[in-house]
Amino acid sequence: MRFTKDHEWVALEGDVATIGITAFAAEQLGDVVFVETPEVGKVVKAGDAFAVVESVKAASDVYAPISGEVVEGNTILGDAPETVNADPENGGWFARIKISDPAQYDALMDRPAYEAFLATQ
Amino acid sequence: MSATDSADLKTTPLTDAHIALGARMVEFAGYTMPVQYPDGVMKEHLWTREHAGLFDVSHMGQARLVGVSPLSAFEEVVPGDYIGLKPGKQKYSVLLNKKGGIVDDLMAGRPTAPDGSVTDGLFVVVNGACKDNDFKVIDDELAGQVTIHRLEDRALMAIQGPEAAAVVQAHVPATADMVFMDIRSMPGFGTDIIISRSGYTGEDGYEISVPAAEAVRVWNLLLSDERVKPIGLGARDSLRLEAGLPLYGHDLDETVSPVEAGLTFAVNKNRREQRDFPGAGRIVKELAEGVARTKVCLRVLEGAPAREGAEVADLKGVVVGVVTSGGYSPVLKGGIALAFVPPELKAVGAQLKVLVRGKAQPAEVVASPFVPHRYVRKG
Repeated sequence: MRFTKDHEWVALEGDVATIGITAFAAEQLGDVVFVETPEVGKVVKAGDAFAVVESVKAASDVYAPISGEVVEGNTILGDAPETVNADPENGGWFARIKISDPAQYDALMDRPAYEAFLATQ
Repeated sequence: MSATDSADLKTTPLTDAHIALGARMVEFAGYTMPVQYPDGVMKEHLWTREHAGLFDVSHMGQARLVGVSPLSAFEEVVPGDYIGLKPGKQKYSVLLNKKGGIVDDLMAGRPTAPDGSVTDGLFVVVNGACKDNDFKVIDDELAGQVTIHRLEDRALMAIQGPEAAAVVQAHVPATADMVFMDIRSMPGFGTDIIISRSGYTGEDGYEISVPAAEAVRVWNLLLSDERVKPIGLGARDSLRLEAGLPLYGHDLDETVSPVEAGLTFAVNKNRREQRDFPGAGRIVKELAEGVARTKVCLRVLEGAPAREGAEVADLKGVVVGVVTSGGYSPVLKGGIALAFVPPELKAVGAQLKVLVRGKAQPAEVVASPFVPHRYVRKG
């Protein structure tokens, strides 16, 4: 699993990346009440806002950590957005992207690097 | 979401207490204030609706206006009947500019002492973000008639929720006979307090002004009751929204009149006849002939919560208005919003759309408040 400074995580299997927000981000947001996942077929560039997560008090963009085409959104989050808080780095995933540039994945932080980054926050 | 640069921010007498409780601090009205405690906005909100929530609102501006006839002088800047305000009562009103726009909303009252005597002058509480300007406006308009004593050596806290009254009355039994909008000046919590039965959550409760030096002790005394939890500004906002209450700087501003804002109750009948308040021409005309835009309560029936700035459209897709504050209702478990729309669309049941990130989502005009008020009025 790799991480971004915007507190997204990416897990890569073959050329499909599963993307979500980290436990730190979920804790910072508080209770998630609504999630908008991207539509299947949407082509996103790394750094694009591609999903939205909402708490009681605010809506926050989620940025695509990696470029590619969306192949699946996590439909569970429509009825159970609280899954993002309960299981952020697994069942609370947002979308799956068929990636176009594996080098982007390699450039992201690994867990020790992300944890070191968190310590500076 | 990031930590604020706290160096330039003002503190309240309770700032250290919030940090000790694990609060997340943010900038608000020039102060560092708790937006939430470790429980989070959702739990804090629901706790207040079910038990009692304690809020630090010391950033708000407290002042005493004194003079030969402060009540009649005050009527020169607000549309409320303050000459008729009985001792021991407070009243909500709006400070108006010459065009009838709202400079701020406020509470002003005449606290009574235990011996029945009335405190000298008028006790006023205004919004923290507006207070310097408010007192300047009042001073400019009423110079020579009233002197403004800002009570910057006092903290202000609110305790709200169905169990709030029992908590307060256990400490200060003499508050038990107070009803909604009563205000007293009395000994309590081992100090001198100015206490009103009011708040901004729609719940029963009290607002308590205490000397700054006593604030932490009183705060901790209230928190020592297991029915009471500290509540941050995040839940304060979602609670007031569910109660259908406007927030200055969002639902109210210098262009909005009290008629447009649904605050005609604050324009008293005798004042309408006298037409002797700022912007009376516009306001009396609006009362007689109607307004071009009016505040409504919307429930978002499907999709994301509609927040401030979201456009409101009719069913043909024509943009007709805007959301001025909106969010997620923890009680109703869905999106709610205050919005301005043309008056022909204000009827309860009217079907509209809210535009959120390019999607037109169905919304319906509902009665205010979203969640029933539970004020304790005379029985």
